[in-house]
This record gives sequence, C-alpha cells and structure tokens, in this order.
Amino acid sequence: MDHTPRVNPSVDPSVDKPGLIKALRQILPAQRILHEREALRPYECDGLSAYRQVPLLVVLPDDAEQVRRVMQCCHERGVPVVARGAATGLSGGALPLADGVLLSLARLNRILHIDPLNRTARVQPGVRNLAISQAVEGLELYYAPDPSSQIACTIGGNVAENSGGVHCLKYGLTVHNVLQLKLVTAAGELVTLGAEALDAPGFDLPALLIGSEGMLGIVVEVLVKLLPTPERAQVLLAAFDDVSKAANAVGDVIAAGIIPAGLEMMDGLAIRAAEDFVHAGYPVDAEAILLCELDGANEEVSAHLARVRQQLLDSGATEVRTAENEEQRALFWKGRKSAFPAVGRISPDYYCMDGTVPRKRLAEVLLETSRLSAHYQLPVANVFHAGDGNLHPLILYDANRPGELKRAEDLGAEILELCVRVGGTITGEHGVGHEKIHQMCVQFNAAELAQFHAVKRAFDPHGLLNPGKAVPQPRHCSEYKALGSDTLTPPSARDQDARDQDARDHGA
Amino acid sequence: MEIAANDISQTLCQSVAEAAGLGRPLQLCGSGSKEFFGRRATGTRLDLTAHRGVINYEPRELVITVRAGTRLAELESLLAAEGQMLAFEPPHFGPSATLGGSAACGLSGPRRPYAGALRDFVLGVTLINGRGERLRFGGEVMKNVAGYDLSRLMVGAMGSLGLLLDVSLKVLPLPETERTLVQACTEEQAIERMNRLAGTPLPLTGAVYDGLQLYLRLSGSEPGVVAAQTRLGGEVLADGSGFWRRVRELEHPFFDSSSANGPDNGRPLWRLSISPGSPPLGLPGRQFIDWGGAQRWLIIEQPGEQPTEQLAERLRAVAVQHGGHAQLFRGGDRNGAVNHPLPGPLMQLHQQLKLAFDPQGIFNPGRLYPEF
Repeated sequence: MDHTPRVNPSVDPSVDKPGLIKALRQILPAQRILHEREALRPYECDGLSAYRQVPLLVVLPDDAEQVRRVMQCCHERGVPVVARGAATGLSGGALPLADGVLLSLARLNRILHIDPLNRTARVQPGVRNLAISQAVEGLELYYAPDPSSQIACTIGGNVAENSGGVHCLKYGLTVHNVLQLKLVTAAGELVTLGAEALDAPGFDLPALLIGSEGMLGIVVEVLVKLLPTPERAQVLLAAFDDVSKAANAVGDVIAAGIIPAGLEMMDGLAIRAAEDFVHAGYPVDAEAILLCELDGANEEVSAHLARVRQQLLDSGATEVRTAENEEQRALFWKGRKSAFPAVGRISPDYYCMDGTVPRKRLAEVLLETSRLSAHYQLPVANVFHAGDGNLHPLILYDANRPGELKRAEDLGAEILELCVRVGGTITGEHGVGHEKIHQMCVQFNAAELAQFHAVKRAFDPHGLLNPGKAVPQPRHCSEYKALGSDTLTPPSARDQDARDQDARDHGA
Repeated sequence: MEIAANDISQTLCQSVAEAAGLGRPLQLCGSGSKEFFGRRATGTRLDLTAHRGVINYEPRELVITVRAGTRLAELESLLAAEGQMLAFEPPHFGPSATLGGSAACGLSGPRRPYAGALRDFVLGVTLINGRGERLRFGGEVMKNVAGYDLSRLMVGAMGSLGLLLDVSLKVLPLPETERTLVQACTEEQAIERMNRLAGTPLPLTGAVYDGLQLYLRLSGSEPGVVAAQTRLGGEVLADGSGFWRRVRELEHPFFDSSSANGPDNGRPLWRLSISPGSPPLGLPGRQFIDWGGAQRWLIIEQPGEQPTEQLAERLRAVAVQHGGHAQLFRGGDRNGAVNHPLPGPLMQLHQQLKLAFDPQGIFNPGRLYPEF
C-alpha cells in the first residue's frame, strides 16, 4: 500500500511544536488551540474522507485580528497553514498537514450587516451558506449559489471553491455573487479586494481569489450580493426511456432560448435510490428524468412553462409533469437534493466525481461512463447539473473489499480524463484539492502550471498556504505521465491499516 | 480557410519573446478605439487586429470563442443572427472596436448590474505571457474550477498581464421584447426608485437618470414585460434601443462637452463607481446616473474653480465614502493618476502579480498605474 504521509515533502519537518503552541497562546486562549491527538482527530479529513491526516495543531480564532496574528506567527516560523470552514468539501482541499496548523474559521460565524437598499450582506467566513438566505428572507431577498451542502457549508469555503449549485446556470457561481473580500495574506497582512461598488480599481482580485482553494490567502470577511426572490418558481419533471434522449433534451431546451433556473438530470439508478429514500413520486421505470425549474415574474413563468413542456415532449420525453403546488415542487427537489445520501443507502461507500463537459457531449460521456462502469465492475449513478454540463458520477464501492477503493479511484480518473478529452474540465465546482492533483497534469501543460505557481508565489512566496494542493509540481506531472494513470494513487490515499500504522508511528 | 489564415499567434509569440529578450516595452494595440482610456501608452506598437476570426460558435452551447482582433460589431451581428447577445452590453467607442480591447479594458454597458459584467461572461482565454509562452486557461464550459481563474484576471488589466489571443464567452438569448419607461423625478427619488425596484422580481435590465427623468428598461417575454409595465407606469420611450445605445456609447447629449469635439478638446469626464443606493453626492458639475445608481458620470463645466489634483482628491474621497472609487474616464491629464490610487499592500500585490506574468515589464507599462 502506498504509504507516503507527507503531502508536501518540501516543508521542514522539524517544527518546534511546543514553541509554536507557546507563541500561539500569546494570541489565543488556551482552549482555542488543540494539540492533543484525540482532539485533533475530528479534523483529519474533510468531505472526502478517503484521505486523512491528523494536523500538528488546530487553532480556532474568534475574529479577523486573531487570524491575522496567527498567520503572522506561522509566517515567522515557516509553519504551513491549511484553512477549514465546515469541511464539507469533496476534493480534500482542507486535508491537514502533519507538520502544519489547521486554521478553523468556524467561529467567525456572524452576519455583520445586511443592507436592503444595496442588496448586500456582509458576513464572516464561517457563516453557513443557507443562513444568509434565511437571514434576509423577510426582505424577499436571497443569496443565489446553493450547493447541495448549503445547510452546512460556509461562505468562506464557498469562496475557496467557487461553489455553484442547482441554480447557477441562470444565477451564476460564487464569483458572480461576491462583491468584496477581506483577506489575510500569508504574511499576516489584511487587504481588501473588490468594493461595495460593482467594480474596483486595479486587477480583478476577487475573481482570482474565488476558487483559489485557500492557496492565496485567508478570507476573513465576505460581502455578498443578494437577489430578489422570484415571484414564482415552477418545476417540470420529464421522464425518458433513454439516457441519451434526456441528455439531448437539455441542449434542446436551452436552444429554444430559455435559461431555466435549474436543469438537473438523474439516471435510473439514482431515480430508484432517491424514490426508495424520500418517496418523491418519481417514475421508477424511467431511464432518466430531467427536473427543469423556471422562475421569474408570474406571467413570464407561465409563458415559458408551456414552451418548455412542449420542447421536452418534442425531445422524446415519455411524460412531463408540472408540480401542481408548492409541496409537490418541494418534493420533486427533495428527491434530487437527497440523491447523494440515497445512493449512500444502497452502497457502503461512494465516490463523487465532478467533471464538466460541453452539453452536446453529455450523451456520449454518459454512455462511455457506463461502459467504463462495466469494465471496472463498479456501478455508477448519475445525478447532476445537466444545464451546466456539470457531471457528478457517483461511483459505488465498498472500502472494506480489498482493492475496491483503488479501482474506484482509477475509474474516477478515467472519467475525468474523458471529460478533458471532449473539451471539458476535471472539476466544475468541487475543486482540485488533494484529490485531482494528478488530473491537473492532463488538463494543463508545464508552462501553464508554471504560471499558476508564479501566481501562487506572488501571494505566498514561501509556500505556506495549503501547500501541495490544487496545482501539481512539474516533476510530479512528468512522473504521472511516465507511469500512466493506473499505477499512481493520490499521494496520501491510505486505507484504515495505514492510518492505524500512522497513529502508532506518532505514538498515539 | 479564413480562420486558419488569420491566426498570427506564432508571430506574436516571437515578437513578445524578442521584446522580452531585449527588455523592450510593447504597446498592445487593437483598433485604437479605447486609446483615450487608461493612462497614456508607451512602447513599440504591436498591432493585434490581424489576429481575428471566430474559432468556435455553438448557439446551443451558449458559448463563442473568438480571436481578440475580431471586431465587436461583427461578433454582435453574428450572435444576433442566432437570436443571441453579449449580455454585458459592451461599449464600442468606435466602429472597429475589437473584443480583445473590450476585454482588456473590462467595460460593460447599462445591462451590467442586472446581467453581469464582461468578466462574468468570460469562460476562458488563450494568452501570451511576458515570456512569450502561449497559455490556455479556463475553457468553453460553464463551470470550471481547475487551477486559478486567470481568465477573469485578464479582464480590465489593460493588457498589463498578458497579450490576449482569444476569449471564450458565455452568450445569452436575446430577450423576446424590450420596453423603456420614462418618468420625471428628482435625483433622490430616482436613486431610491432604481434600488427599490432592483430588489423586487421585475425583469429590469437598465436604470438611468439623466438629471430630469428616470429611464427603466424591461426585458423578457411579452406577457412578463407587459405585466411589469402595468405595475410600474410611466411613458413608453419610442426609440428605446437607440437611447440605450447612446447611453452605452457615451453619446447621450449629457456627454457632448466631454467628447473630443467638445470645448477645449473635451472637459474631463469622471466616473464614480459606488454602491448603488448612495444618496445624491452633492458634487459640483453635472451628473448622469447609470447602472441603477452604481455608476455616476460627472462633468465639471467650469474648469479652474479648483486645482485639478485637489478636485481629484475630493472626488476620490467622496467615492470612498460611498464604498467605491473615482476614475478619470476620459480627457484631462492622461499621464497623471487617472485610476484611483491603491493602498500600499494592495499595490504590492499588483506589482508581484505583474512580475509573475511579465517579469521584464514589457506589456503596456504604465497604462494602468505608473508603478508597473
């Protein structure tokens, strides 16, 4: 088994832990610094639990000033820092370092100001995504990006990953809905990027920071845009007897000149799992369904509903249902939103992928995915943002069966490389993190990766922020390409045995 | 084939590599329609207009990829033929304006607060960095978080980080119908109304105040627009599309005295980008409000009342007070501080980023800030 615990071998292993704790105690109360092994254990992974690493220390600052001083302290000592929100990320972006500090922003969880006239909310990074919309509900406003983890995920994490969600075809990603960031740099300096206005002088640094996976700075405050709640939202459910027909219908709807608020697809396996779980009333004999949400002014929605309904029938839908009331609409969505846990009920483990492809290649990519699924003898369920071409194949496996995790990873890698081959990307919204670092070598050439590293150095010359994630070293890529994808697993993928071994090594 | 013949990227890579080797600054030039914008350019002119043509356009995908030298007008008529548009409504400022120039300047029109800015529609770019390397970032898909978003970073960088070869943009369907409603009101009422309405689910796609009247544009399906119109009231403007084109191009009569044909080769035109709900600013001169209150144009007709630098300081202070910045958009001293000065640590980040892309400092030096 691969046993390479050091995610970033370039970091000096001889960190003076007692000295660091002493210095941090000048900044934070003792109970905000976790250093005993059992206290650190809950922080060993994020939503991608296949990869685990207990950090050197966890710090839990209460405000931006403490974050700034923690960064300053770590900078002076050359200690790497990994930021963490709610750890719902699915790419191992918040995977800790053995010799690094894990900086939890969970305690910075206040909504600082809501401005109804300017339609903005100023929030701390640890505020949950859904909490923003809930706080402004009475103003008939909401925060648009709605990742499926929105009950738990934080806005700081959303900024790090440029999170999307179900409604981003029409309302955009995090980058389209954030006006301003306050950032603590690697050296512990506080800078403001963007403005309360719609643009700011100089480079578009919010665009660069959003989606930078904690590699360029620590976000300590976010000014988000709020949108008016649509007067009406209506959902159509279209059933298909063939996955390709459903996939092609996606392009047909958009070609008809209508941008749905959400356009989601589920395949047969996902439909049945979801139906068993939440009884959404899905047609369980269908090979695929599309959920199409239209929103806007009442009259506009009525006009579009009729057109989209006809289009779906013309594209080969066997049945199109309109949610008759708000409860049925909520139920249609509940099936979609609970599809991941529903699949979790039919398989001991699943591995969620995140490639995006041009919409016209959807049918082809789904077919090829099912061929790969048969080849690797692992079932794949598809539940995804079809309108964006953003696939989420869920690879079903059992980690307790020897070799299955490895096979799931290899299948996942093949799916991602397929996405790149058809003109897409290895990650639409989950980030590269630790997980997809190899596939970055497929998507970018050496000069492009070098440019990423140069940008990283502009913000973090000593490589202390989340080192080893998101952008692979050129040497790493030449090894990956020379060996071929099936001989390498991501650097610290380890099974339970290796984890226990690691614990013993650390004298726990 | 035209598309192959108009690819001069190899020559451009060589020119850049050569300039980098000699440490010789380059002035990246499109049609020159936005030469008035930003600080005065220096360096050897490198003409990019020959690198043109549509690389890929698939209306069903809502994506178009075009070479930077492609004319904006050509691009827009191609899209219109398919019932689509650039939703950020870019100003042209000349018949030969190129997409590359628009992207480098990062300018968006009246639809910006409602549909998004140019940067919001950028999906990917191919660029040449200051080492003469051809690099591709982003792509043609709607969502892509692989690597840092260096595509959007190019927008508004005034060519100081890289030479744009091509840009992939998300496009949107043209609205079925549009209508402009006009109503007389005070500045204060206009600002309040623009912002209150923007917080309600109306198909609002433009809101300006010319000093006398508030203009609201509605776009969408016929029944939706009619319903909104009934709710809002006001008179329907006959030539709505002409009005919004003139606002976008700064050809509305308000801007006459600031154009090159105006008095003294044009009075300086200031742009204050502030939070949209900011109350009337109480500054001297005349103002025109666009972007639903977030963009305030200012022309001071009586020059000499106040020394220029003192005036600039005052405008910047007012803009900062309202959460934004002030920019000398057109006219005035183009060698001076036309862009709002950056605080020290932020300027340092800019300079480090500049070095990361263009270590020899050859791309458009001084065009954005005198420091790089």
